[in-house]
Amino acid sequence: MLVLLLAALGMAFATLVPGVAAAAEAGEQVRGTLQTSLSGPIEGVTVEVATPDGETVDTVQTGEDGRWEVDLPGPGQYVVSVDPDDLPEGVEVNGEPSRTVTVDSGRAQPVNIGLNDGSRNDGGGTIRAVQLFVDGLRFGLLIAMAAVGLSLIYGTTGLTNFAHGELVTIGAIAAWYINVQGGVPLIPAALLAMVVGGVVGALNELVIWRPLRRRGTGLIAALVVSIGLSLALRYGYQIFYGGFSNPYADYQGQRARDYGVFTLQDRDIASIVIAVVVLVLVALMLQRTKIGKAMRAVSDNRDLAASSGIDVNRVVLFVWVLGGALAALGGVLLGLSDQVQWDMGFRLLLLMFAGVTLGGLGTAYGALLGSLIVGVFVQMSTLVIPNDMKYVGGLLLLIVILVVRPQGILGSRARIG
Amino acid sequence: MADLLNAFAIAGKAFFGFQAIFFALLAIGINVHFGYTGLLNFGQIAFAMLGGFGIAISVSQWGLPFWVGVIVGVLAAVVLALLLGLPTLRLRADYLAIVTIATAEGLRLVFRSVSATPVTGGTRGLSAFNRDFIALAPWDTGRRYDLLGTTWSGTELWVCTIGWILVALCSLLVWALMRSPWGRVVKAIREDEDAVRSLGKNVYAYKMQALVLGGIFGAFGGMVYAVGTGSAIPDQYQNANTFLAYAALILGGAARVLGPVIGSMLLLFILQFADTGLRSLIANGVIPSELLSSTDVAQLRYVLVGIGLMLLLVFRPQGIFGDRREVMLDAR
Repeated sequence: MLVLLLAALGMAFATLVPGVAAAAEAGEQVRGTLQTSLSGPIEGVTVEVATPDGETVDTVQTGEDGRWEVDLPGPGQYVVSVDPDDLPEGVEVNGEPSRTVTVDSGRAQPVNIGLNDGSRNDGGGTIRAVQLFVDGLRFGLLIAMAAVGLSLIYGTTGLTNFAHGELVTIGAIAAWYINVQGGVPLIPAALLAMVVGGVVGALNELVIWRPLRRRGTGLIAALVVSIGLSLALRYGYQIFYGGFSNPYADYQGQRARDYGVFTLQDRDIASIVIAVVVLVLVALMLQRTKIGKAMRAVSDNRDLAASSGIDVNRVVLFVWVLGGALAALGGVLLGLSDQVQWDMGFRLLLLMFAGVTLGGLGTAYGALLGSLIVGVFVQMSTLVIPNDMKYVGGLLLLIVILVVRPQGILGSRARIG
Repeated sequence: MADLLNAFAIAGKAFFGFQAIFFALLAIGINVHFGYTGLLNFGQIAFAMLGGFGIAISVSQWGLPFWVGVIVGVLAAVVLALLLGLPTLRLRADYLAIVTIATAEGLRLVFRSVSATPVTGGTRGLSAFNRDFIALAPWDTGRRYDLLGTTWSGTELWVCTIGWILVALCSLLVWALMRSPWGRVVKAIREDEDAVRSLGKNVYAYKMQALVLGGIFGAFGGMVYAVGTGSAIPDQYQNANTFLAYAALILGGAARVLGPVIGSMLLLFILQFADTGLRSLIANGVIPSELLSSTDVAQLRYVLVGIGLMLLLVFRPQGIFGDRREVMLDAR
């Protein structure tokens, strides 16, 4: 899995831009690239595309740049398989050598066939545990960025916001539209996505939660309302954005750099740096600025804060904007490494909960610490459990924490009831 | 107009179909958890999955008789409830919520993973485990029957008959239990846990019993679904279903014996009516296909359920039949 990098980010910008007429003329296609980080593109591998009944549509060989594409007779399900015998020595297909894909009308569907060039597992400078640890740190920082908002919202309003994952998704999707369809480079697109996330966070507070607090809606009712919101938004995204996963237009197909004991792509280094800088800034803000102190005060004791002259509603609004923007940035970085999907935020939400609970519900620093631990734990757990079950490891960790220390590492006993 | 009547007929079938039974049983379980005891179980679908796969794995993988499969499913649900309850029932309500939703998602991921494929069939799931059950039907299951303008296969009719009997028995059990001293204690826990504790009751044990009981109802729901569809596939048990069941419960009225049953029937009717209606509107070109394609309709129903759930909770938390004072919403 280490080196699985990474086939196929179908060079599909032209076809990703919709416009029904143009797309319909283009016809359906599956395409991809076969390459690993060490060997580079692999030429002359036989790729077969068949219908689910086993009828061959076409058989092609990858070109000099490792790319292949097959025109299809129409939308539907297809099975794409690679002939493992054609791969160079030492390169293996991850898992099954075939993938079943569903191609929508007029779409050029990228097909990812992960390759493993094996060399990393036995020396070559990389130690698997270290590599997973670094990957885990990167992932943990992403979770932390999204989870800070979740924890602060809980601390200031008492709301367990099940719709927080949708703020992550909106960031990723907004950046995707701005980047891929609007043609804006990814960095400004990410900044715009943060603005979108902040605005959506503010709307959340102003349209739903503040009126509900004013009505005196109970916390349990609010929790169920947030689930309804999550459900509506999540499936709304699926209608609006579609069920597939798409990459951003920039920074794709990077080769991993070797750092001795681990390898990372430049974009992963960048996302670690961005996350660390942003989180340090957040911590400084919480520690030094007036609004940050007010946020911690409200989090600590809402009534006391209000009676010492802090405008609680303003602080809560600020928390929502901050939480929304951070979640959106987390979504963009997650989309950069794992592609953009309609339910990416919801899947992350469970890990955010694990991180926040581990660190202590309602504390900002606890969310940071807990998320880092969860991220590292999830990645490192693939040392012993299969890759497709790694999230389960994180969820198990959550349950163990609740048995051993329910208030979390930095939480206070009084909160857990 | 014909389309509308057709949509109405199809929706009328959904009113009695095995999906309504599935959600009714899930919602009866949630009613015991949330409506009566005040436990926030957001992982009800995990109990259903264990129920369905309990039968599927026992029969098609281990070659056991159907009824043993039912017992396996129930036992699996009991074990899950104990495991979930053990760490969380002493904590505030939302911890149970987080743990149950995480477990439901985690279990689904385990069941569909490559390493579980030899047992669960992975993403393709298992099938062909309901023959023994179908063979019990007193009528010819190969035929189709016309009832009230809708067509039912013999199999469907048999599954639905047994399913509704099961729903009736479960409702009866809940009704009897809630009139018993046990029910009074459980409802008192919902109202004021500390007061009950000060009366010398073991709150933890009562909560655990409620969690197990509701989980068993959920497992029955999963069994009806698995037998009704004839297959058990991990991705059928998406956690959105838990929230559909919550919507059904709150629509019908929480803490009412028949609330979840009526709620599920109504919810399924509304969803199916919207589904068929929208599809025929799209097919006829009334709704332009650029705006909404027929593949989006399935997603749209979740959007509608989400919005409906929010509106219900804000404006009418007691649903159709509920009593506002009995709906546990303010506790923390």
